[in-house]
Amino acid sequence: MSFLSYLLSGLGLGSVYAIVAIGYTMVYGIAKMLNFAHGDIIMVGGYVAFYAFVRFGIPAWISIILSVVVCTILGVTIEKLAYKPLRKASSLSVLITAIGVSYFLENGAQLLFGTDTKIFPSLITEGSLKLFDGQLIISYLNIITIVCCLLIMALLTIFINKTKIGKAMRACAEDKDAAKLMGINVDSTISFTFAIGSGLAAVAAILLCSTYPSLSPTLGSMPGIKAFTAAVFGGIGSIPGALLGGLLLGIIETFTKAYISTQLSDAIVFAVLIIVLLIKPTGLLGKKENVKV
Amino acid sequence: MKNFIDILFGKKNIKRTISFAIVILAYVIITVLTNTIRVSRLFSSILVPVCCYIVLALSLNLCVGFSGELSLGHAGFMAVGGFTAIVVSGILSYSIPNTIIRLLIAIIAGGLVSGLFGLVISIPVLKLSGDYLAIVTLAFGQIIKSIINNVYLGYDAQGIHFSFVTNTIELAEGGRMLLLGPMGSVDVEKISSFTAGFILILFVLFVIYTLIGSKNGRAITAARDNRIAAESIGINITKTKTLAFVVSAVLAGMGGALYALNNTSLQPSKFDFNTSISILVYVVFGGLGNITGTIIATSILYVLPELLRSLQDYRMLIYSVVLIAIMLITNNTYLGQVIQKVKLIFMKKGDSHE
Repeated sequence: MSFLSYLLSGLGLGSVYAIVAIGYTMVYGIAKMLNFAHGDIIMVGGYVAFYAFVRFGIPAWISIILSVVVCTILGVTIEKLAYKPLRKASSLSVLITAIGVSYFLENGAQLLFGTDTKIFPSLITEGSLKLFDGQLIISYLNIITIVCCLLIMALLTIFINKTKIGKAMRACAEDKDAAKLMGINVDSTISFTFAIGSGLAAVAAILLCSTYPSLSPTLGSMPGIKAFTAAVFGGIGSIPGALLGGLLLGIIETFTKAYISTQLSDAIVFAVLIIVLLIKPTGLLGKKENVKV
Repeated sequence: MKNFIDILFGKKNIKRTISFAIVILAYVIITVLTNTIRVSRLFSSILVPVCCYIVLALSLNLCVGFSGELSLGHAGFMAVGGFTAIVVSGILSYSIPNTIIRLLIAIIAGGLVSGLFGLVISIPVLKLSGDYLAIVTLAFGQIIKSIINNVYLGYDAQGIHFSFVTNTIELAEGGRMLLLGPMGSVDVEKISSFTAGFILILFVLFVIYTLIGSKNGRAITAARDNRIAAESIGINITKTKTLAFVVSAVLAGMGGALYALNNTSLQPSKFDFNTSISILVYVVFGGLGNITGTIIATSILYVLPELLRSLQDYRMLIYSVVLIAIMLITNNTYLGQVIQKVKLIFMKKGDSHE
């Protein structure tokens, strides 16, 4: 039974990683950049929900929507101000800019909200489901997290494959210049990608903070790195890859913590990543690119 | 001897001469300043860390700038070198009382162990390329930090005691713990000095310039510029990339050793992802493959947040804005055209003089 409950909490954690990893992977797929500030969007999402709900007494569901909206606007603004002027710059310059944005958000949050750790309220639901005469306890939150992740994945897959703007996104990922020639507005497509990624980061923030209810300005950095790892694990640029990578990473992390060692869990997670990349250098579901001479 | 000097400072190597000149000049000025007028404690306390970060940035530039492989885990090598140096210095503290010799041995040991790690890591790392390589170096940085977080090492009359994950070491009378897991090292003897940092920078400059001027160095840059073309003219890509990576790791370990022996206590958490990133920022600001630029950029960017200390909480915010602003300005296409035009005008003037 304990195996099952670890598996479920691993899936819960993995779902959060997967939702964040989508943001990384979509931005990478289209803009070919590693958006290191993505993890800090999670932190902003957490604080917005916290202040809306606790300080201003706004109902939970409106707080959640508010958090998503603020993060979406923030993501698009960052893209417009910091990344758009660097479209043609070297990838390292963009990387450094993203790091600068990440520092900016972290330190801005420290000034605005203080460095102390805040206790995040349970926005969604408390209580749990008891199965097998109480031997297996699953919190509703855990179930909601997993369902949420699967739902987002399904909607996103339909969105990208069936709608016109989804098609435009795929075209931009394939070849930006050709997409431009076909009359696709590349800039607004990229903005839209950032909007989706940042909105999802807010969803991840609320799920993450509800599971681990402590809020601090550096909240986003470790889940950010882990989600980035998950994106690479599954094959960066691939959305099903992000789901698979996120879930596997969450399960591996939870099982190592439960059965091997809490202190060594990070080392083991990253070691698994290296082994996977050695066997399959483009990640689990990544496409192999042929280099032309 | 004359031949040797010619190789080092000849007309052909004007860039190298400038690098050495700047470092030596800076050292002389700072030494004179610290000995004549009373400088603030802040100023004298950041001298050694600046040297360490210059060494780290130079070593990373060898990897990113010359070899073209993005590394996001350089702080890992710094940690390996640093904690090796602390252990070596701690063990030798009774047998070698002379701090200069002990520092030298500790730095060499730090460099060698770090180089060994570099060699082990380079085997899987260099099979990958681009962003996948970056993520693997990031992962190695995290793994190294995580492992050092779990190492306990003590030393007494019977020798070295070692344990992993949990501390089970019982030391005899007079023994002392050198590594304490997440607490790192405490009561470290401070034996680094500014002069040692200066000499280390000169050594690193010498190594890098000698390497990139050699046949192997040209192979390294050739492999960066065009892997397939380099391969087709018979360059062993894996070998050259490994060489650059391992030398980079050795130098980073040495910088880490100097850094570690400048603090009375040191935690593994110091060498996290953010430290790796700061070093990368120094390198990108200084210019990829630009040695003198790296030295200047590191000095400015390390000192800047310290100077902003009076602004307290706002200093990192300002630092981040400066970071973004510089990136946006230097990559501005309009500005780039203007600079290009100015350069052309100056070039023409230069031609007419000759």
